[in-house]
Amino acid sequence: MTTSTTEPTSKLKSILIKTGAALFWLCVWQLGAMAINQKIILVSPVQVFVRLTELVPTAAFWKAIGFSFLRITVGFLAACLAGVLLAALSARFSLIRTLTAPLMSTIKATPVASFIILVLLWVPSRNLSVVISFLMVTPIVFSNILGGISSMDSQLLEMAQVFKVRPVRRFRYLYLPQLLPFFRSACATGLGLCWKAGVAAEVIGLPRGSIGERLYTAKIYLDTPDLFAWTVVIILVSIAFERLFMFLLDRTVARLERA
Amino acid sequence: MIELKNLTKSFGEKQVLKDLTWSVPEGRISVIMGPSGGGKTTLLRILLGLEHADSGTVSGLEGKRLSAVFQEDRLCENVSAVSNLRLVNPALSRKSAENMLEKLGLGDALRQPVRELSGGMKRRVAIARALCTEYDVLLADEPFKGLDEETKRRTMAFFSESAREKTVILVTHDPSEAEILGGRILPLDPE
Repeated sequence: MTTSTTEPTSKLKSILIKTGAALFWLCVWQLGAMAINQKIILVSPVQVFVRLTELVPTAAFWKAIGFSFLRITVGFLAACLAGVLLAALSARFSLIRTLTAPLMSTIKATPVASFIILVLLWVPSRNLSVVISFLMVTPIVFSNILGGISSMDSQLLEMAQVFKVRPVRRFRYLYLPQLLPFFRSACATGLGLCWKAGVAAEVIGLPRGSIGERLYTAKIYLDTPDLFAWTVVIILVSIAFERLFMFLLDRTVARLERA
Repeated sequence: MIELKNLTKSFGEKQVLKDLTWSVPEGRISVIMGPSGGGKTTLLRILLGLEHADSGTVSGLEGKRLSAVFQEDRLCENVSAVSNLRLVNPALSRKSAENMLEKLGLGDALRQPVRELSGGMKRRVAIARALCTEYDVLLADEPFKGLDEETKRRTMAFFSESAREKTVILVTHDPSEAEILGGRILPLDPE
Protein backbone atom coordinates (compact mmCIF):
# COMPACT_ATOMS: atom_id res chain seq x y z
CA MET A 1 0.00 0.00 0.00
CA THR A 2 2.82 2.35 0.96
CA THR A 3 4.70 1.59 -2.25
CA SER A 4 1.71 2.23 -4.51
CA THR A 5 1.11 5.71 -3.07
CA THR A 6 4.78 6.66 -2.76
CA GLU A 7 5.75 5.84 -6.36
CA PRO A 8 3.27 8.18 -8.13
CA THR A 9 4.08 10.91 -5.57
CA SER A 10 7.82 10.72 -6.26
CA LYS A 11 7.16 10.57 -10.02
CA LEU A 12 4.97 13.68 -9.79
CA LYS A 13 7.64 15.37 -7.69
CA SER A 14 10.28 14.56 -10.28
CA ILE A 15 8.08 15.94 -13.10
CA LEU A 16 7.42 19.11 -11.09
CA ILE A 17 11.15 19.60 -10.43
CA LYS A 18 12.02 19.14 -14.12
CA THR A 19 9.22 21.47 -15.23
CA GLY A 20 10.32 24.03 -12.65
CA ALA A 21 13.92 23.91 -13.92
CA ALA A 22 12.76 24.35 -17.53
CA LEU A 23 10.50 27.27 -16.54
CA PHE A 24 13.38 28.87 -14.64
CA TRP A 25 15.59 28.90 -17.76
CA LEU A 26 12.72 30.10 -19.96
CA CYS A 27 12.27 33.00 -17.53
CA VAL A 28 16.02 33.76 -17.67
CA TRP A 29 15.83 33.70 -21.48
CA GLN A 30 12.72 35.94 -21.50
CA LEU A 31 14.30 38.42 -19.09
CA GLY A 32 17.56 38.42 -21.08
CA ALA A 33 15.68 39.15 -24.31
CA MET A 34 13.73 41.92 -22.61
CA ALA A 35 16.94 43.43 -21.21
CA ILE A 36 18.76 43.37 -24.58
CA ASN A 37 15.60 44.38 -26.41
CA GLN A 38 17.06 43.68 -29.86
CA LYS A 39 15.20 40.97 -31.78
CA ILE A 40 18.09 40.51 -34.18
CA ILE A 41 20.46 39.44 -31.37
CA LEU A 42 18.19 37.56 -29.00
CA VAL A 43 14.51 36.80 -29.48
CA SER A 44 12.29 35.98 -26.53
CA PRO A 45 10.74 32.52 -26.05
CA VAL A 46 7.33 34.09 -26.65
CA GLN A 47 8.45 35.38 -30.06
CA VAL A 48 9.88 31.94 -30.92
CA PHE A 49 6.59 30.34 -29.92
CA VAL A 50 4.64 32.79 -32.08
CA ARG A 51 6.94 32.05 -35.04
CA LEU A 52 6.47 28.31 -34.49
CA THR A 53 2.68 28.69 -34.57
CA GLU A 54 3.09 30.38 -37.95
CA LEU A 55 5.41 27.66 -39.29
CA VAL A 56 3.59 24.55 -38.07
CA PRO A 57 0.45 24.86 -40.26
CA THR A 58 2.49 25.22 -43.48
CA ALA A 59 3.22 22.29 -45.78
CA ALA A 60 6.80 23.49 -46.32
CA PHE A 61 7.51 23.07 -42.59
CA TRP A 62 6.51 19.41 -42.59
CA LYS A 63 8.22 18.76 -45.92
CA ALA A 64 11.50 20.14 -44.52
CA ILE A 65 11.18 17.93 -41.41
CA GLY A 66 10.32 14.89 -43.56
CA PHE A 67 13.27 15.55 -45.90
CA SER A 68 15.86 15.78 -43.11
CA PHE A 69 14.29 13.11 -40.90
CA LEU A 70 14.25 10.53 -43.68
CA ARG A 71 17.87 11.06 -44.67
CA ILE A 72 19.31 11.28 -41.17
CA THR A 73 17.35 8.19 -40.09
CA VAL A 74 18.53 6.19 -43.11
CA GLY A 75 22.12 7.17 -42.30
CA PHE A 76 21.65 6.21 -38.65
CA LEU A 77 20.08 2.81 -39.39
CA ALA A 78 22.71 2.01 -42.03
CA ALA A 79 25.39 2.91 -39.47
CA CYS A 80 23.83 0.57 -36.90
CA LEU A 81 23.89 -2.26 -39.42
CA ALA A 82 27.42 -1.56 -40.65
CA GLY A 83 28.77 -1.03 -37.11
CA VAL A 84 27.33 -4.31 -35.87
CA LEU A 85 28.51 -6.28 -38.93
CA LEU A 86 32.02 -4.83 -38.84
CA ALA A 87 32.28 -5.47 -35.09
CA ALA A 88 31.12 -9.09 -35.50
CA LEU A 89 33.58 -9.68 -38.34
CA SER A 90 36.39 -7.94 -36.42
CA ALA A 91 35.75 -10.14 -33.38
CA ARG A 92 35.87 -13.24 -35.58
CA PHE A 93 38.74 -12.38 -37.94
CA SER A 94 41.83 -10.62 -36.61
CA LEU A 95 42.76 -9.41 -40.11
CA ILE A 96 39.49 -7.49 -40.41
CA ARG A 97 40.01 -6.13 -36.89
CA THR A 98 43.51 -4.95 -37.82
CA LEU A 99 42.22 -3.27 -40.98
CA THR A 100 39.10 -1.74 -39.43
CA ALA A 101 40.63 -0.29 -36.23
CA PRO A 102 42.66 2.53 -37.88
CA LEU A 103 39.76 3.34 -40.20
CA MET A 104 37.39 3.80 -37.27
CA SER A 105 39.95 5.81 -35.30
CA THR A 106 40.46 8.12 -38.31
CA ILE A 107 36.71 8.65 -38.78
CA LYS A 108 36.35 9.43 -35.06
CA ALA A 109 39.21 11.94 -35.08
CA THR A 110 38.30 13.75 -38.33
CA PRO A 111 36.34 17.00 -37.84
CA VAL A 112 32.75 16.82 -39.11
CA ALA A 113 33.27 19.95 -41.24
CA SER A 114 36.16 18.26 -43.11
CA PHE A 115 34.00 15.26 -43.83
CA ILE A 116 31.10 17.40 -45.00
CA ILE A 117 33.26 19.30 -47.49
CA LEU A 118 34.98 16.13 -48.69
CA VAL A 119 31.77 14.17 -49.09
CA LEU A 120 30.22 17.09 -51.01
CA LEU A 121 32.79 16.38 -53.73
CA TRP A 122 31.57 12.80 -54.10
CA VAL A 123 27.88 12.81 -53.21
CA PRO A 124 24.97 15.06 -54.35
CA SER A 125 24.08 17.55 -51.62
CA ARG A 126 20.58 16.10 -51.16
CA ASN A 127 22.13 12.85 -49.85
CA LEU A 128 24.91 14.48 -47.87
CA SER A 129 23.19 14.11 -44.49
CA VAL A 130 22.75 10.36 -45.09
CA VAL A 131 26.50 9.87 -45.50
CA ILE A 132 27.47 12.25 -42.69
CA SER A 133 25.13 10.71 -40.09
CA PHE A 134 26.33 7.28 -41.25
CA LEU A 135 29.97 8.27 -40.78
CA MET A 136 29.35 9.79 -37.36
CA VAL A 137 27.43 6.82 -35.91
CA THR A 138 29.28 3.84 -37.42
CA PRO A 139 32.44 4.10 -35.22
CA ILE A 140 30.33 4.47 -32.07
CA VAL A 141 28.26 1.35 -32.81
CA PHE A 142 31.38 -0.51 -33.93
CA SER A 143 33.43 0.18 -30.79
CA ASN A 144 30.53 -0.46 -28.42
CA ILE A 145 29.55 -3.77 -30.00
CA LEU A 146 33.18 -4.90 -30.23
CA GLY A 147 33.56 -4.04 -26.54
CA GLY A 148 30.46 -6.10 -25.80
CA ILE A 149 31.73 -9.10 -27.75
CA SER A 150 35.14 -8.86 -26.03
CA SER A 151 33.48 -8.96 -22.62
CA MET A 152 31.29 -11.98 -23.43
CA ASP A 153 30.81 -14.36 -20.52
CA SER A 154 33.33 -17.13 -21.28
CA GLN A 155 31.55 -19.51 -18.89
CA LEU A 156 28.35 -19.26 -20.91
CA LEU A 157 30.28 -19.83 -24.12
CA GLU A 158 31.80 -22.99 -22.59
CA MET A 159 28.32 -24.12 -21.59
CA ALA A 160 27.15 -23.65 -25.19
CA GLN A 161 30.19 -25.59 -26.41
CA VAL A 162 29.52 -28.55 -24.09
CA PHE A 163 25.80 -28.69 -24.96
CA LYS A 164 26.53 -28.09 -28.65
CA VAL A 165 24.10 -25.18 -28.83
CA ARG A 166 23.46 -24.20 -32.46
CA PRO A 167 24.77 -20.83 -33.74
CA VAL A 168 21.33 -19.25 -34.16
CA ARG A 169 20.37 -20.13 -30.59
CA ARG A 170 23.79 -19.00 -29.32
CA PHE A 171 23.16 -15.64 -30.92
CA ARG A 172 19.61 -15.37 -29.59
CA TYR A 173 20.27 -16.50 -26.00
CA LEU A 174 23.93 -15.69 -25.34
CA TYR A 175 25.09 -12.86 -27.57
CA LEU A 176 21.91 -10.81 -27.89
CA PRO A 177 21.28 -10.26 -24.14
CA GLN A 178 24.96 -9.49 -23.62
CA LEU A 179 25.25 -7.08 -26.53
CA LEU A 180 21.94 -5.23 -26.27
CA PRO A 181 23.04 -2.90 -23.44
CA PHE A 182 26.12 -1.99 -25.50
CA PHE A 183 23.97 -1.42 -28.58
CA ARG A 184 21.49 0.65 -26.57
CA SER A 185 24.24 2.86 -25.23
CA ALA A 186 25.68 3.32 -28.75
CA CYS A 187 22.25 4.28 -30.09
CA ALA A 188 21.65 6.80 -27.29
CA THR A 189 24.93 8.55 -28.12
CA GLY A 190 24.60 8.13 -31.88
CA LEU A 191 21.05 9.46 -32.17
CA GLY A 192 21.91 12.88 -30.77
CA LEU A 193 25.12 13.05 -32.78
CA CYS A 194 23.58 12.09 -36.13
CA TRP A 195 21.04 14.92 -35.87
CA LYS A 196 23.69 17.49 -34.99
CA ALA A 197 26.04 16.34 -37.76
CA GLY A 198 23.24 15.73 -40.28
CA VAL A 199 21.83 19.26 -39.93
CA ALA A 200 25.34 20.75 -39.97
CA ALA A 201 25.90 18.94 -43.28
CA GLU A 202 22.66 20.40 -44.66
CA VAL A 203 23.67 23.92 -43.60
CA ILE A 204 26.90 23.55 -45.61
CA GLY A 205 25.54 21.51 -48.52
CA LEU A 206 22.20 23.38 -48.72
CA PRO A 207 20.02 20.64 -50.21
CA ARG A 208 16.72 22.16 -51.36
CA GLY A 209 13.85 21.70 -48.92
CA SER A 210 15.92 20.60 -45.91
CA ILE A 211 15.92 21.94 -42.35
CA GLY A 212 19.54 22.96 -42.88
CA GLU A 213 18.59 25.13 -45.83
CA ARG A 214 15.89 26.83 -43.72
CA LEU A 215 18.45 27.52 -40.97
CA TYR A 216 20.90 28.97 -43.49
CA THR A 217 18.23 31.18 -45.08
CA ALA A 218 17.25 32.47 -41.63
CA LYS A 219 20.91 33.32 -40.94
CA ILE A 220 21.36 35.13 -44.32
CA TYR A 221 18.27 37.30 -43.79
CA LEU A 222 19.06 37.79 -40.08
CA ASP A 223 15.68 36.28 -39.33
CA THR A 224 16.51 35.38 -35.71
CA PRO A 225 13.00 34.20 -34.71
CA ASP A 226 13.12 31.73 -37.64
CA LEU A 227 16.61 30.60 -36.61
CA PHE A 228 15.49 29.94 -33.05
CA ALA A 229 12.23 28.33 -34.15
CA TRP A 230 14.02 25.86 -36.44
CA THR A 231 16.58 25.11 -33.72
CA VAL A 232 13.74 24.28 -31.33
CA VAL A 233 12.21 22.05 -34.02
CA ILE A 234 15.52 20.18 -34.50
CA ILE A 235 15.84 19.62 -30.76
CA LEU A 236 12.24 18.40 -30.45
CA VAL A 237 12.41 16.07 -33.47
CA SER A 238 15.76 14.68 -32.30
CA ILE A 239 14.44 14.00 -28.78
CA ALA A 240 11.17 12.52 -30.10
CA PHE A 241 13.04 10.18 -32.46
CA GLU A 242 15.48 9.14 -29.72
CA ARG A 243 12.62 8.38 -27.31
CA LEU A 244 10.66 6.45 -29.95
CA PHE A 245 13.68 4.43 -31.04
CA MET A 246 14.65 3.57 -27.46
CA PHE A 247 11.05 2.66 -26.62
CA LEU A 248 10.86 0.28 -29.58
CA LEU A 249 14.26 -1.20 -28.73
CA ASP A 250 13.32 -1.77 -25.08
CA ARG A 251 9.99 -3.29 -26.07
CA THR A 252 11.74 -5.70 -28.44
CA VAL A 253 14.15 -6.70 -25.66
CA ALA A 254 11.28 -7.25 -23.21
CA ARG A 255 9.49 -9.44 -25.78
CA LEU A 256 12.63 -11.50 -26.33
CA GLU A 257 13.03 -12.00 -22.58
CA ARG A 258 9.46 -13.23 -22.25
CA ALA A 259 9.75 -15.61 -25.22
CA MET B 1 34.49 -48.03 -19.83
CA ILE B 2 36.04 -44.59 -19.72
CA GLU B 3 39.78 -44.97 -19.31
CA LEU B 4 42.09 -42.30 -17.91
CA LYS B 5 45.77 -43.10 -18.27
CA ASN B 6 48.62 -41.20 -16.60
CA LEU B 7 46.80 -37.86 -16.68
CA THR B 8 48.95 -34.97 -15.57
CA LYS B 9 48.01 -31.32 -15.40
CA SER B 10 49.81 -28.31 -13.94
CA PHE B 11 48.99 -24.62 -13.73
CA GLY B 12 52.34 -22.90 -13.57
CA GLU B 13 54.23 -24.36 -10.64
CA LYS B 14 51.16 -26.04 -9.16
CA GLN B 15 50.54 -29.60 -10.21
CA VAL B 16 46.86 -30.46 -9.83
CA LEU B 17 46.80 -33.90 -11.45
CA LYS B 18 49.70 -36.31 -11.24
CA ASP B 19 49.79 -39.54 -13.21
CA LEU B 20 46.10 -40.20 -12.68
CA THR B 21 44.99 -43.59 -13.96
CA TRP B 22 41.36 -44.62 -13.56
CA SER B 23 38.71 -46.79 -15.14
CA VAL B 24 35.25 -45.30 -14.86
CA PRO B 25 32.43 -47.80 -15.36
CA GLU B 26 29.61 -46.93 -17.76
CA GLY B 27 25.92 -47.03 -16.92
CA ARG B 28 26.29 -46.00 -13.29
CA ILE B 29 27.19 -43.13 -11.02
CA SER B 30 30.83 -42.62 -10.05
CA VAL B 31 31.57 -40.11 -7.33
CA ILE B 32 34.89 -38.27 -7.25
CA MET B 33 35.86 -37.21 -3.74
CA GLY B 34 38.89 -35.33 -2.60
CA PRO B 35 40.15 -32.24 -0.82
CA SER B 36 39.70 -28.69 -2.15
CA GLY B 37 42.27 -27.84 -4.78
CA GLY B 38 42.78 -31.53 -5.44
CA GLY B 39 42.05 -31.22 -9.17
CA LYS B 40 38.44 -32.46 -9.23
CA THR B 41 37.10 -29.56 -11.29
CA THR B 42 40.17 -29.63 -13.55
CA LEU B 43 39.59 -33.33 -14.18
CA LEU B 44 35.94 -32.69 -15.15
CA ARG B 45 37.01 -29.85 -17.44
CA ILE B 46 39.48 -32.19 -19.16
CA LEU B 47 36.74 -34.79 -19.61
CA LEU B 48 34.41 -32.10 -21.01
CA GLY B 49 37.08 -31.06 -23.51
CA LEU B 50 37.41 -27.58 -22.01
CA GLU B 51 40.96 -28.14 -20.78
CA HIS B 52 43.87 -30.14 -22.17
CA ALA B 53 45.97 -32.43 -20.01
CA ASP B 54 49.72 -31.84 -20.10
CA SER B 55 50.20 -35.55 -20.66
CA GLY B 56 48.23 -38.79 -20.49
CA THR B 57 45.16 -39.96 -22.37
CA VAL B 58 41.39 -40.19 -22.00
CA SER B 59 39.58 -42.86 -24.00
CA GLY B 60 35.97 -44.01 -24.14
CA LEU B 61 34.42 -40.57 -24.62
CA GLU B 62 34.86 -40.43 -28.40
CA GLY B 63 31.55 -39.64 -30.11
CA LYS B 64 29.70 -39.61 -26.80
CA ARG B 65 27.14 -36.88 -26.09
CA LEU B 66 28.13 -35.00 -22.97
CA SER B 67 26.05 -33.09 -20.47
CA ALA B 68 27.18 -31.09 -17.46
CA VAL B 69 26.24 -29.41 -14.24
CA PHE B 70 29.03 -26.87 -13.88
CA GLN B 71 30.39 -25.64 -10.58
CA GLU B 72 28.67 -22.33 -11.44
CA ASP B 73 25.07 -22.31 -12.69
CA ARG B 74 25.95 -20.83 -16.10
CA LEU B 75 22.35 -20.00 -16.97
CA CYS B 76 21.02 -17.41 -19.39
CA GLU B 77 19.81 -14.94 -16.78
CA ASN B 78 17.47 -12.88 -18.98
CA VAL B 79 15.20 -15.71 -20.06
CA SER B 80 12.97 -18.17 -18.20
CA ALA B 81 13.94 -21.53 -16.74
CA VAL B 82 11.91 -23.24 -19.50
CA SER B 83 13.88 -21.35 -22.18
CA ASN B 84 17.15 -22.38 -20.51
CA LEU B 85 16.13 -26.03 -20.80
CA ARG B 86 14.96 -25.69 -24.39
CA LEU B 87 18.19 -23.90 -25.29
CA VAL B 88 20.16 -27.13 -24.88
CA ASN B 89 17.38 -29.38 -26.12
CA PRO B 90 15.20 -27.66 -28.75
CA ALA B 91 13.25 -30.92 -29.25
CA LEU B 92 12.02 -30.77 -25.65
CA SER B 93 8.41 -29.59 -25.56
CA ARG B 94 7.44 -26.67 -23.35
CA LYS B 95 5.15 -29.02 -21.42
CA SER B 96 7.93 -31.56 -20.75
CA ALA B 97 10.25 -28.78 -19.61
CA GLU B 98 7.58 -27.45 -17.25
CA ASN B 99 6.92 -30.95 -15.86
CA MET B 100 10.57 -31.45 -15.14
CA LEU B 101 10.90 -28.11 -13.39
CA GLU B 102 7.72 -28.74 -11.40
CA LYS B 103 9.19 -32.03 -10.14
CA LEU B 104 12.15 -30.03 -8.85
CA GLY B 105 9.82 -27.69 -6.97
CA LEU B 106 10.08 -24.84 -9.47
CA GLY B 107 6.41 -24.83 -10.53
CA ASP B 108 5.90 -21.24 -9.39
CA ALA B 109 8.92 -19.89 -11.23
CA LEU B 110 8.47 -21.23 -14.75
CA ARG B 111 7.96 -17.93 -16.55
CA GLN B 112 10.19 -15.62 -14.51
CA PRO B 113 13.56 -14.56 -15.92
CA VAL B 114 16.20 -16.67 -14.20
CA ARG B 115 17.85 -13.55 -12.75
CA GLU B 116 14.83 -13.22 -10.43
CA LEU B 117 15.28 -16.71 -8.95
CA SER B 118 17.09 -17.52 -5.72
CA GLY B 119 20.48 -19.27 -5.68
CA GLY B 120 18.93 -22.63 -4.81
CA MET B 121 16.33 -22.32 -7.56
CA LYS B 122 18.99 -21.46 -10.13
CA ARG B 123 20.97 -24.52 -9.06
CA ARG B 124 17.94 -26.73 -9.67
CA VAL B 125 17.42 -25.16 -13.12
CA ALA B 126 21.08 -25.97 -13.91
CA ILE B 127 20.49 -29.59 -12.81
CA ALA B 128 17.27 -29.84 -14.86
CA ARG B 129 19.12 -28.46 -17.90
CA ALA B 130 21.79 -31.15 -17.61
CA LEU B 131 19.20 -33.90 -17.25
CA CYS B 132 16.81 -32.76 -20.00
CA THR B 133 19.31 -32.99 -22.83
CA GLU B 134 20.10 -36.19 -24.75
CA TYR B 135 23.37 -37.41 -23.27
CA ASP B 136 25.56 -40.47 -22.84
CA VAL B 137 27.80 -39.12 -20.09
CA LEU B 138 26.86 -36.57 -17.46
CA LEU B 139 29.59 -34.72 -15.58
CA ALA B 140 28.41 -32.87 -12.48
CA ASP B 141 30.56 -30.60 -10.34
CA GLU B 142 29.08 -30.35 -6.84
CA PRO B 143 25.56 -30.23 -8.28
CA PHE B 144 23.74 -30.04 -4.93
CA LYS B 145 25.87 -27.28 -3.47
CA GLY B 146 23.86 -24.52 -1.80
CA LEU B 147 20.59 -26.46 -1.49
CA ASP B 148 18.90 -26.75 1.89
CA GLU B 149 18.56 -30.27 3.30
CA GLU B 150 14.94 -30.88 2.27
CA THR B 151 15.45 -29.53 -1.27
CA LYS B 152 18.71 -31.44 -1.57
CA ARG B 153 17.00 -34.72 -0.60
CA ARG B 154 14.23 -34.14 -3.13
CA THR B 155 16.63 -33.03 -5.87
CA MET B 156 18.97 -35.98 -5.30
CA ALA B 157 16.05 -38.41 -5.56
CA PHE B 158 15.02 -36.82 -8.88
CA PHE B 159 18.63 -36.82 -10.09
CA SER B 160 19.13 -40.53 -9.26
CA GLU B 161 15.86 -41.46 -10.97
CA SER B 162 16.54 -39.40 -14.10
CA ALA B 163 20.14 -40.54 -14.47
CA ARG B 164 19.42 -44.22 -13.82
CA GLU B 165 21.58 -46.50 -15.97
CA LYS B 166 23.42 -43.50 -17.38
CA THR B 167 27.12 -42.84 -16.99
CA VAL B 168 27.47 -40.09 -14.41
CA ILE B 169 30.70 -38.69 -12.98
CA LEU B 170 29.91 -36.50 -10.02
CA VAL B 171 32.19 -34.40 -7.85
CA THR B 172 31.32 -33.80 -4.21
CA HIS B 173 32.89 -32.99 -0.84
CA ASP B 174 30.02 -34.58 1.04
CA PRO B 175 30.33 -38.33 1.82
CA SER B 176 26.59 -38.53 2.58
CA GLU B 177 25.78 -37.48 -1.00
CA ALA B 178 27.94 -40.32 -2.30
CA GLU B 179 26.17 -42.71 0.04
CA ILE B 180 22.65 -41.59 -0.97
CA LEU B 181 23.47 -41.70 -4.68
CA GLY B 182 24.96 -45.15 -4.21
CA GLY B 183 27.79 -44.48 -6.59
CA ARG B 184 31.23 -45.96 -6.79
CA ILE B 185 33.67 -43.65 -5.03
CA LEU B 186 36.81 -42.55 -6.86
CA PRO B 187 39.14 -40.90 -4.33
CA LEU B 188 41.25 -38.14 -5.80
CA ASP B 189 44.32 -37.80 -3.66
CA PRO B 190 46.80 -35.18 -4.85
CA GLU B 191 49.63 -37.28 -3.42
